[in-house]
Amino acid sequence: MLGKGLLGIYLTVLVLLPIAALLAKSSTGGLNAFWREISNPEAVAAIKLTLIASVIVVVINAVFGTIIAWVLVRDEFPGKSVVNALIDLPFALPTIVAGVVLLALYGKDSPLGIDVAFTRAAVGLALLFVTLPFVVRSVQPVLLELDLAMEEAAASLGASPATVLRRIVLPTLAPAIISGVALSFARAVGEFGSLVLITGNLPFKTEAGSVYIFGQIQNENLAAAAAVSVVLLFAALLVLALLTFFLRRRSRHVL
Amino acid sequence: MSSSDAGALSIPGPAGAARVSDRGSAGAPPAAAGARASRRRQLGARVIALGYLALLLLAPVAMIFYRTFEHGISPVINAATTPSATHAFWLSLEIVAIAVPLNTAFGIGMALLLERGRFWGKSILGVMIDLPFAISPVVVGLSLVLVYGKTGWLGDWLAEQGISVIFSVPGMVIATAVVSLPFVVRETMPVLRELGVDAEQAAETLGASPWQTFWRITLPGIRWGVVYGVVLTTARALGEFGAVSIVSGRIEEQTQTLPLFVQDRFENFDSTGAYTAAVVLALLALATLLAMNLLTRLTRRKTEA
Repeated sequence: MLGKGLLGIYLTVLVLLPIAALLAKSSTGGLNAFWREISNPEAVAAIKLTLIASVIVVVINAVFGTIIAWVLVRDEFPGKSVVNALIDLPFALPTIVAGVVLLALYGKDSPLGIDVAFTRAAVGLALLFVTLPFVVRSVQPVLLELDLAMEEAAASLGASPATVLRRIVLPTLAPAIISGVALSFARAVGEFGSLVLITGNLPFKTEAGSVYIFGQIQNENLAAAAAVSVVLLFAALLVLALLTFFLRRRSRHVL
Repeated sequence: MSSSDAGALSIPGPAGAARVSDRGSAGAPPAAAGARASRRRQLGARVIALGYLALLLLAPVAMIFYRTFEHGISPVINAATTPSATHAFWLSLEIVAIAVPLNTAFGIGMALLLERGRFWGKSILGVMIDLPFAISPVVVGLSLVLVYGKTGWLGDWLAEQGISVIFSVPGMVIATAVVSLPFVVRETMPVLRELGVDAEQAAETLGASPWQTFWRITLPGIRWGVVYGVVLTTARALGEFGAVSIVSGRIEEQTQTLPLFVQDRFENFDSTGAYTAAVVLALLALATLLAMNLLTRLTRRKTEA
């Protein structure tokens, strides 16, 4: 009993109370005030940038993440286990360091002559970096379980590699790809640390939603910060809720 | 972490993933006709995958090590031993030393409750636990300011008690604990499920108290899952930037952690200082990966034995 009480207090102090305060703050002035805050042109630009960049990034993740997972499971080459371990580096690396690291190669002193600093491409690059592991790590276990016999049977019946991929492999991997994509999206929408240094945070150009919120907090405009926070939070939770719904329905189908 | 976990919110990430690591290509050699084409496709996929990883991940990380040590080791040592650098380093460790044990105790307790308990609202509780993964760190910081800041819900009360939370270490500990909250819970739950209740029930029948059962039976059974969660918690706690940035006030040599120090040095055009601190954090991240791998191998060998 005492244990449960302590757990409850801890969760309340850390999560419940703060979330309640956020929701309360965003709704103090009613719907009109909320609407006014989120329809501020700078806020709209920031939210739009975040959502569009996140969508582009998760599409790229779906493609490359699946290819990487495929290579890590089905291919064999020296150093594979090291590559496999390094996939998690973006999870382990502090986000601010991710920004510094990307700037070292793709900043103004780029040895490759590629300078994306302070452009919208930088937003995409940073988001790609921090969300890299999601699709790879959700597709990998499914690919391991995937029965090669099925692919071989299809091939022996005359199916081309493209047909095998389209009709057998991708349908089996789809739920895993979708859950990786949903988690990437939720992460991308809220990402902050890796964007701070590399994007320059130029309003209307490279300022993402999270960075806009940060700026409003610095200006002590907590109502605006709270309103935009709720929008981003809602976008992330909506995608994750859709994912849960989709996976539940699917598992009922299989059973 | 398996896909059978309670919520879709749970990250499929490092845990389960690392465990599925390298298994050889199980493919039997296809018929001679398609063999060359299939080999070509495989090579193509390998080049695309490794090229992408090299450009996005490996080259940038290698570059920062090169940039840091470009002018030899002594500027690096100088940058690492300035008072503000060492202060930031120790402050980061101090916060980790408080937040990680708290989250570990909470994580084990909450995992037991979610896995063994039967009560109404359990799945809602599961979603609450995962919430910090879905919330932007900036939003976490803002939410904490709205409760514990001077104009926040508890602002007046805290001021009367003479407790300062925001712009001081307690707030930074809370922010760090929030963002790293789910790891131990989520890593402990699957091992707890695997462990089952038979041994615990046997201990109970033999007259063991609940505490004895926990310390002698449950905890030894789940220890590697817990340790894995602790490793992830520590990595996240050391690197947290957004939430801590908001609640700390970022005062040099007072509330500046190592990640905040990186930003501060970078924005003040002290690239040696920024790179040095970034490399220290990157090395800690690599150590985390190493620990994750070793733990995965250890537990895999145990389950195979």
